[in-house]
Amino acid sequence: MSGTPRRSSGPGRLLIAVYAVFALAASARAGVQIATKFDEAPVAYLLSAFAALVYIVATVALARPGATARRVALTAVTVELIGVLTVGAITAFDPGDFPDDTVWSVFGRGYGFVPLVLPVLGLLWLRRTRDAEDAGR
Amino acid sequence: MIAVVDWAVIVASLAYAAWALVAVVRNRPPREPYVIGAGVVELLIVVQAVVAVVLMITDGAPEETATFIGYVLMNLIIVPLGLFWALAEKSRWGTSVLVVAALVVPVLVVRMQQLWEAGAA
Repeated sequence: MSGTPRRSSGPGRLLIAVYAVFALAASARAGVQIATKFDEAPVAYLLSAFAALVYIVATVALARPGATARRVALTAVTVELIGVLTVGAITAFDPGDFPDDTVWSVFGRGYGFVPLVLPVLGLLWLRRTRDAEDAGR
Repeated sequence: MIAVVDWAVIVASLAYAAWALVAVVRNRPPREPYVIGAGVVELLIVVQAVVAVVLMITDGAPEETATFIGYVLMNLIIVPLGLFWALAEKSRWGTSVLVVAALVVPVLVVRMQQLWEAGAA
């Protein structure tokens, strides 16, 4: 074992596990919201579904080897960071637009602010494993 | 819900998380005892799920039925999924996945209790 670690091993194993928990939690939440009370807050619930999709894509892409998966992961995690910052800021200062909670509301307060930390760790991990594919793993 | 069953699941999952965390600190990969421990926790979760379903039929479901069922289902799959993901990693990071999976369980149980106490439909 030398050089850059694989994305899905070492600390990556833990990172992907946390991503998977959020993919599951966000999907379940969005599914319930859209199925049972979509009319109450369509914008918030569509955003929930979008967040769920981002977590699913990030989880799968982080877990898979290869340069393509790495690019997809990088995109998903970047979108995730922008999403949590944007939605977090809007909901922190003017909650009127989002009457019901999403994973990213108030920077992920409902989830111990993990949604705020996760994309940062994701980007750091992607940077650390950057050369894994070039070296043929 | 039945408090004794809920507390059994909460205490067991927290104890398991603490035990696995010790293994992470001591740089141990997930070995057989941790698989057996996960099985014990999962067994309690299954009992709790069965009790919840029976109570929903006899006493009526919580108002947010879909959310409640979502928590029950997630609670059932989280430990097996964590175990599956943990065992492929023969290092402390594999064991750390078990800690995360085990810590999700008490959160879900507490959320279930909140929904249950909020009242029946």
